Amino acid sequence: MSEQEVKNLEEIFEQKIARDEKIEPKDWMPEKYRKTHIRQMSQHAHSEIIGMLPEGNWITRAPSLRRKVALLAKVQDEAGHGLYLYSACETLGISREELYEQLHTGKAKYSSIFNYPTVTWADMGAIGWLVDGAAIINQVPLCSTSFGPYARAMVRVCKEESFHQRQGYEIMLTLCRGSEEQKQMAQDALNRWWWPSLMMLGPTDDASTHTEQSMKWKLKRKTNDELRQQFIDQTIPQADILGLTIPDKDLKWNEETGHYDFGEINWDEFWQVVKGHGPCNKERLQTRVDAWENGAWVRDAAMAYSEKKAAKKVQKAS
Amino acid sequence: MQKDILIKYILGIADNSLILGQRLGELTGHGPTLEVDIAMTNISLDLFGQVRSYFQYTAQLSEEDKTEDDFAFLRKEREYINVLLVEQPNRDFGYTIARQFLFDHFHFLFLNELQNSKDKTLVAIAKKSLKEVSYHRRFSSDWIKRLGDGTEESKRKIQIAINDLWRFTEELFHQTNADVEAIKEGIGIDTDKIKAKYLENVSEVLAEAMLEKPDLKFFQEGGKKGIHSEHMGYLLNDMQYMQRTYPGMKW
Repeated sequence: MSEQEVKNLEEIFEQKIARDEKIEPKDWMPEKYRKTHIRQMSQHAHSEIIGMLPEGNWITRAPSLRRKVALLAKVQDEAGHGLYLYSACETLGISREELYEQLHTGKAKYSSIFNYPTVTWADMGAIGWLVDGAAIINQVPLCSTSFGPYARAMVRVCKEESFHQRQGYEIMLTLCRGSEEQKQMAQDALNRWWWPSLMMLGPTDDASTHTEQSMKWKLKRKTNDELRQQFIDQTIPQADILGLTIPDKDLKWNEETGHYDFGEINWDEFWQVVKGHGPCNKERLQTRVDAWENGAWVRDAAMAYSEKKAAKKVQKAS
Repeated sequence: MQKDILIKYILGIADNSLILGQRLGELTGHGPTLEVDIAMTNISLDLFGQVRSYFQYTAQLSEEDKTEDDFAFLRKEREYINVLLVEQPNRDFGYTIARQFLFDHFHFLFLNELQNSKDKTLVAIAKKSLKEVSYHRRFSSDWIKRLGDGTEESKRKIQIAINDLWRFTEELFHQTNADVEAIKEGIGIDTDKIKAKYLENVSEVLAEAMLEKPDLKFFQEGGKKGIHSEHMGYLLNDMQYMQRTYPGMKW
């Protein structure tokens, strides 16, 4: 293809995005667009799959049948999200095996929040309320992102996430209306999950490398700092209803800006966890690698069986 | 029929679903593929759904002020009366599937008969559960075939699991005193009547999977009398952790 032809294609592509039309897998797209989408969508899929583990940690110990069923269903939803995000990713010409390989070798990232341990039942509430809450803020704008399969997957993901968030908040509410010990458990969970949840919205704008390009492709509509502010502003009244205290002594309402001011985020901790040195990075990844390796003989068997079946069919037909 | 005997009869059905659901719940997030992970979580969810229906019924029957959770979480190990088969650990995917397969075929025939019970609540639960369990049975049977007729390694592994778990199949058909009473009243179902069909169905799948049906003389029993394998205490430790650590609280 001549340079002029590529330029023309690029122009058509940019115009499509500007008109808010969707880019579909078979459409021409710049290589960088493809790569960025593979990176972001797979990162998102990996986060869903790794994200099953901290909550999965409490399935066997859920305190009531009702909670156990809800937790099982929630973790299963996350597997479902992973499944259709991987599928959306595969439309860009990369296989699921390659995507797993990137995860298992540490080449691909996933959301750092899942590298924190779930130590009490209240963490199931805090994760739903805060982590899913922050995820929704990140994800709602993606429902109208430019790449069609991603946008459509996100519509469904967001519906389920908002259900999960309400469910998490309801766990917190039950704890806060319970005994003193339960309320303390809820406060302790908030103390541990608050700051990592703020970090989930990504590095500050001046440290964020992909923002500008992502804005252009509608992979992003607001900056990390704007999203973080939105999350804080919407969450504080919810904490008030629970009667819990946000673990930030600098937090106060600012009449002038109409937003909450908040304290300094520990970015050293953020980068430490991103780079693989959080409390559970090693365990989370190892668990996935083990599941994959232990399942190899099962996948091989399924493959061999379906090949035998197919061969028999051909034999019958001929 | 005496209420305490009816409760005991229902617990004998419900505990199997409870303990198997718990075992499957251990695997969420660890499946060999995402699709299998989702399917097995689904089975766990179905089983817990059934458990809730049974225990809500026993709570209603009970003279004491009990809830579904009291039955699920607050009994002593000796008071759980599930069969030994369902409490066996998830050694590998072969064991998990073999356990599921051997139970599902029983469960299906059992519920099919339970639809004819004189107890209307049990009939309703059986009808609803039967749809779910026919899917479970298809899922586990399909995997038995894939593993049996897959690779050399998978054939070896699933055969070992079948051989090992076969000794727990006889107990599926044992009858406790409560079972005998319930059968007499036309509420319970006579497991003797489904045994031949069970062996026939299971053998059919094993043959199609190119696997051998074990030929055993000695079988293990005890679960239905509350005498469990050594695995059970640890399973209950997890399951009852919250209820035991924080007694009497609402969650």
